[in-house]
Amino acid sequence: MKRYAYYPGCSAESVSASYHVSTLETGARLGVEFQEIEDWNCCGATPYTNIDELLAHGLCARNLAIAEQTGLDVVAPCNACFKNLHHANAELKADKDLAEHINFALEADGLHYAGGVNVHHLIHVFTKDVGLDAIKKQATQPLKGLKVAAYYGCQLVRPDRGDGFDSENPRYFEDLLKAIGAEAVDFPYRLHCCGASLMVANRRAALAMVRDLLRAAVQAKADVIATACPLCQLNLECYQQDVNREFGTEYRIPVMYFTQLMGLAMGIEPKKLGIGTEVVSPQPVLDCVARRAAADAAAKVAPKAAPAKAEAAQTVKAGQP
Amino acid sequence: MKTTMSFADEITNLMYATGTRGLNSCIQCATCSATCPAADHMDHTPRRLIAMINAGLKDEVLASNTFWTCASCYSCSARCPKEIKPSELMYALKRYSIWHRRYRRKLVGPDFSRRFVRTIMRTGKSYEPGYAPAFIFENGPVGMLREMRFAMRLMAKGRIALVPKRIKRTENFRRMLSRILPLEGVA
Repeated sequence: MKRYAYYPGCSAESVSASYHVSTLETGARLGVEFQEIEDWNCCGATPYTNIDELLAHGLCARNLAIAEQTGLDVVAPCNACFKNLHHANAELKADKDLAEHINFALEADGLHYAGGVNVHHLIHVFTKDVGLDAIKKQATQPLKGLKVAAYYGCQLVRPDRGDGFDSENPRYFEDLLKAIGAEAVDFPYRLHCCGASLMVANRRAALAMVRDLLRAAVQAKADVIATACPLCQLNLECYQQDVNREFGTEYRIPVMYFTQLMGLAMGIEPKKLGIGTEVVSPQPVLDCVARRAAADAAAKVAPKAAPAKAEAAQTVKAGQP
Repeated sequence: MKTTMSFADEITNLMYATGTRGLNSCIQCATCSATCPAADHMDHTPRRLIAMINAGLKDEVLASNTFWTCASCYSCSARCPKEIKPSELMYALKRYSIWHRRYRRKLVGPDFSRRFVRTIMRTGKSYEPGYAPAFIFENGPVGMLREMRFAMRLMAKGRIALVPKRIKRTENFRRMLSRILPLEGVA
């Protein structure tokens, strides 16, 4: 059993609770234990770096110091949390003066960070540490026929961290989708920006960036966009209505976490994966799962009993209130 | 001997720890502007802003919306052939303009950043509804109402917490941050 110090991030307790639960569910299937960092705090997102970088490092250092006590490596499911924690960690390891100053501050909370932790993104843990073979083995109900746009976003790949993960032409997200039986469509905007917190600072700019991404996904004939970041998910899904209003478009494409798609392929109940809390219905994805289950059932049992099973499978619903 | 620091030196100094090669090594190739997904929404492109800094146009630079229109996607930093790290430059300018209170009025970014930092100081965790007033700055009450409608939509799906989450050791946490930097007057 692999164990990690898990840093959920603030959005896990609100807008991306579905990412959080699907991470734990799929992790359990793969024999990975995510041990939540005790009393973790916000990573600072971008506003802290806007005000002062030392403060931003201080916030991350507290989480790293608490994680260090467990002797486990840190994993963050959010691109921005990952970038901040990884960046602060690298700086603290490289700069003794900085570490001394930050440790003086950490003393106020009875903590000390000695630089003994590594920081990973969740998708890196799944694709590299756990491995695609193990994922494929667990994907007993592969998502055959589902066309997915793998959307990496920005801070997962940039800045380049020299850790072996390609930042200009990564393939691991597509490979993961293939491992669970889905088809990764050719999505040229996969490394483009979703607008991130520009949705606050410059709404029109952010909406235009989301529009470009949605257009590219639709042109690639994707059924669903898969993300590895709560802010990407929020901007691409929850602001679709706003994009349509602003630009007169009619986009209606589900945006799901890669862990939710993994979970469906593993036969985990949609509700347990947080499915049902979307603004844009994920029904096309669930229909694909249901069709697949129906076909399986039809192949397995006598032709006479098949229609009944197929019907039962069709009733898998998003579970919306 | 020169006794005052140029604006370009001041900004380059702010970027010291980022590993930039310095703004004066810019060759104006515009790779940053070409790769920037938000450049269309900036009054000056990143390339032009660097030229303006090097030309000492301090007032014009600080009045620009360019650095508050940066989404931190790091495309420019990844591709700049002179390793200037324009995305770090945008952060440096944001900080400079907040500390000197020299940003353009009616920008949401500075106010939002302050509210965010204050919220974390208080509770240790982010809470989205607390930032709503920032929207009044750019779009007036209409903008704020629109954001509230958006928030209600998410609340109906259980995706916005009704009460802010807090860390347990908030007192220690506050003392910790004030040991790094006293924020009075900034946030």
